[in-house]
Amino acid sequence: MNSILTIANSEFQRLFRSPLAWSLLATVQFILAWLFLNNVEEYLLYIQPKLVGVDHAPGVTEVVVSSLYTSIGIIMLAIMPILTMRAFAEERMNGTLTLLLSAPISVSQIVLGKYCGLMAFIFLMIAMLSLMPFSLLLTTQLDIGMILSSILGLSLLLASFAAAGLFLSSLTKQPIIAAMSSFGLLLFLVILYLSGSSQSGNSSLFIYLSHFSHFLSFLQGIFDSSDFIYYLLFSLGFLILTIRKLDNDRLHGG
Amino acid sequence: MQDEVLIDAKGMQRYYNHYCALKAVDIRLKKGEVLGLLGPNGAGKSTTMQILTGNLAPSRGEIRIKGIDLLEQPQKAKQHIGYLPERPPLYRDMRVDEYLNYCAKLRAIPTREQKAALEKAKSHCGLTQVGRRLITNLSKGFQQRVGIAQAILHTPDIIILDEPTVGLDPIQIQEIRTLIQELGKNHSVILSTHILPEVQAVCDRVQIIHEGSTVFDDSLSQLEQGQSDSVLLCRFAQAIDTDKLNQLKHIEVVQVDNQARNCYQIQHQVGKNIVPAICQLAQQENWEIQALSPQRITLEQIFMNLIHGEKDMENLAVESV
Repeated sequence: MNSILTIANSEFQRLFRSPLAWSLLATVQFILAWLFLNNVEEYLLYIQPKLVGVDHAPGVTEVVVSSLYTSIGIIMLAIMPILTMRAFAEERMNGTLTLLLSAPISVSQIVLGKYCGLMAFIFLMIAMLSLMPFSLLLTTQLDIGMILSSILGLSLLLASFAAAGLFLSSLTKQPIIAAMSSFGLLLFLVILYLSGSSQSGNSSLFIYLSHFSHFLSFLQGIFDSSDFIYYLLFSLGFLILTIRKLDNDRLHGG
Repeated sequence: MQDEVLIDAKGMQRYYNHYCALKAVDIRLKKGEVLGLLGPNGAGKSTTMQILTGNLAPSRGEIRIKGIDLLEQPQKAKQHIGYLPERPPLYRDMRVDEYLNYCAKLRAIPTREQKAALEKAKSHCGLTQVGRRLITNLSKGFQQRVGIAQAILHTPDIIILDEPTVGLDPIQIQEIRTLIQELGKNHSVILSTHILPEVQAVCDRVQIIHEGSTVFDDSLSQLEQGQSDSVLLCRFAQAIDTDKLNQLKHIEVVQVDNQARNCYQIQHQVGKNIVPAICQLAQQENWEIQALSPQRITLEQIFMNLIHGEKDMENLAVESV
């Protein structure tokens, strides 16, 4: 357990040593803040007047906040591969993986340590982005439960992105290839959702397999344990694959 | 307990797909020994070291580190090993202190002892002045030292260094060698290199690996005692008649070493002093001797002979088991 924390801690700190983490946080925050302001303005100027007098009208949480979290999910499709690509590919390229492999720790501890470090960064990012919707509390009432459910959904979604990215990073020596393939995989899962829900090729299987369909129910404030288990299995599956891959390198020579 | 065997590896074999990189190599390392692993590029030195440190699994064979099976209890066995791979595993965006601190935690050194261990390793490797500097800004020699510091941080019984002096300037090489000699006093060291004088400078025992098998395994001192004086190098001021030299007692073959400089190699029976006879003959014939020196058999020769399969070194070669 201690070694996992040691690796996680070092991973987290190392992210901030390069400008990468800072620029990612800044860029994502800027873009989403713009989107958020845009949404708030639109709500105030056009949507709210129309909703006056309508029974059970959607509130600000549903209109503004849910769409913000959807945007975060979509933008992270492109950001996550950049975060995960370094995990093993870069270590392998620089020969630093040897340090971890010759230390008295197991491969699962290495993988879990890396994963935890990455998740710490992701939680930080989610926390910073969630400050925006919570800032609305100053002037209006929000459906806190719904926001929390969105945050939970987003965390699970990003946890599954990270696990997939970690695995693809363990397959190669070139960070850029790891990034490209992770981006490809994540995008493919979105395409699966789009094609599953398109009018011509309506397929509930495709929708079920895709990431996003499970994310959407969290955004509506619904906690469905099957969605939760989907993300859990997805992340766990890729983590186990990563451990197997690194173990295999020892047997067959990376 | 001076003869305690720290590494006992038997029949290590390693295939990369169908290519056999190691064919049954044995390694035994006793306490307080500095073992030089020698071989041309691609001989299997690095593979051997990767297997010994648990970075690669052998296709066949058994490895015991202080009696602990490396394959069955890798974590316990790895605690006794410090390893510097060919490329030092450095996070270049870290400071030296931060990096060593991280290594100490990875090695599970108790928090209370970490600081002392760090200071000790740093002073041992001459890093006290550079603790606050970023690793990426250090010279290659210093980076190498950080790599060594990382390997000795947890005071392991066994230190495995893969080509520690590659790419360093002569002064740095000298410093690293001194450091390795120093380490050899308290630890057992395995050192791989393809630079022969390096082995002569620091190792107690040499194991030469060629094409995946051991072709030579003996102590250096024995090697030098047995073979040091069988060839004399002789330089004259003028060309001489080699037949006359050949007729002297105990002399076996006289060969021209360097025609232009009138150098001759005189092979003679081991243990016989032929210098007086040569001097006498030179005086008779009016040859002016400019230099006379015993040619010590160098590892270079053994190396070349073993690898090119020349007959006269057969007695030295130890068959691989």
